[in-house]
Amino acid sequence: MNTRAFLEVKDGDTLGALDGFLRNLLERDIIQTLLVPQQVPAGDNIIQTLVSDAAKLESADPIAPVLPVQSARLVSNITASGVQGKVGVVLKSCEWRALVELVKLKQARLDNVLTIGIDCLGTYEVKDFAALSRQGISPTCELLSQAQRGRLLPHEGFTFRTACQMCEYPVPAGTDVRIELIGWDVSKAIALEAPEAMIAALGLAVGTATAEREKVLRELIAERIATRDRLLGEFRAQVQDIPALLAQFSTCLRCHNCMVACPICYCKECIFRGATFAHASPQYFIWARRKGAIRMPTDTLLFHLGRLNHMVASCVGCGLCTSACPVGLPVGTVFRAVGQKVQALFEYVPGRSLDDLLPLATFREDELQELG
Amino acid sequence: MSEFEPKIIAFLCNWCTYAGADLAGTSRMQYPPNVRIIRLMCSGALDPVYVLKALLDGADAVFIGGCHPGDCHYQSGNYKARRRVAVLQNILAQMGFDPDRVWLRWISASEGKLFADTMTTMVEQIRAKGPNPLKELWGV
Repeated sequence: MNTRAFLEVKDGDTLGALDGFLRNLLERDIIQTLLVPQQVPAGDNIIQTLVSDAAKLESADPIAPVLPVQSARLVSNITASGVQGKVGVVLKSCEWRALVELVKLKQARLDNVLTIGIDCLGTYEVKDFAALSRQGISPTCELLSQAQRGRLLPHEGFTFRTACQMCEYPVPAGTDVRIELIGWDVSKAIALEAPEAMIAALGLAVGTATAEREKVLRELIAERIATRDRLLGEFRAQVQDIPALLAQFSTCLRCHNCMVACPICYCKECIFRGATFAHASPQYFIWARRKGAIRMPTDTLLFHLGRLNHMVASCVGCGLCTSACPVGLPVGTVFRAVGQKVQALFEYVPGRSLDDLLPLATFREDELQELG
Repeated sequence: MSEFEPKIIAFLCNWCTYAGADLAGTSRMQYPPNVRIIRLMCSGALDPVYVLKALLDGADAVFIGGCHPGDCHYQSGNYKARRRVAVLQNILAQMGFDPDRVWLRWISASEGKLFADTMTTMVEQIRAKGPNPLKELWGV
């Protein structure tokens, strides 16, 4: 049973209070290891770290508005073949939702994992976050001061990642511990939900929810949904046929970065990277003669359409594919637009629950009878 | 230019539809020679990527044949194939590509006649649709 409690914030040091809470989890042996984002010594990036010694928790910043890597992948790495002791993992909503999918895909395990979800205030591209940091600006502090009203705006002249602009899930649902920022005055206290026993063990002040947070969240989510519908609508209006789809991907280098960054694309031996589409030399000449000309290298559109077929049902829309694209293709927007309709086919919401079966791993005997 | 002859790639499951096609052949039933058959162990073993590959390379249509619901040699492969085809057709439709160029049908080992009839119907319908528009697109 989860209870609501508060972390006291001293002198407006929200991050300090959060660090103290995480440190406490390690020091009181509630967890033995912690996966948490920390600032790199250079100060211009925040990366995930796996910490076993609380003394090394020097610059934790789980709020930082940047997502260099999808932590769901990291949780897969550290849990797939067994966790040592109990490990805590601090995740943003899209990371938690991707992790739920990976657990169902049997690529990660949650036994002996304490999931700590934290409200996401939006994220910048890594290069933008670094640029701001180098100017001496703290993107974290800037956004924390906006958290209470929920009007989360990027620094002037910068934008959040497209995926974040249309993210209707700023709050992770279903994690063991939930840290709330939006709708609260985080310069005074941080609200959280955690198992009763943990709250007692840590001696935290028990509290109650406020209507204010619900209202702020409702407004924020409504705004995000409006942006989502506009962006996906624009995409759908543009892509009415295959030539238009080709135009979307005209600058694709087929570097596979989108696939590498994707938390859901877990195959160790990807069909697009093996020998399956490494054709015998004469084959290319046959195709060239048949069509008069063929794009080289071949199978670029096949790669994107194939990936859509393989994983779009589980796409949580984290947009790391877009961030990873060296030529700035809107891969994530394509996946969200297509995903929305494919997921609706099975009334499936990726990342919603561990109990919803993966659409492509299950079936009903009495469905889709018009197909065959 | 001579009349358009559709080229259809058929993925047939080993236990039912392939045997049905075999029965059509051994029974000397006539059906159009526009179909190129690839045998699989199960319709559920078909990765939609191969269907896409055929369509992007200019096949005019793809036929997928499996055992009737409840009859799958592997219990549920055909039901899973059905969901994959549903996803594939949904995606193709979203991209403005005619999803009716992908057919999924259940034909058993004893239904040689049904196989021959289905192929005849399919070839007629695809001929009416005309060539796959991707055939002329060098960029795919």
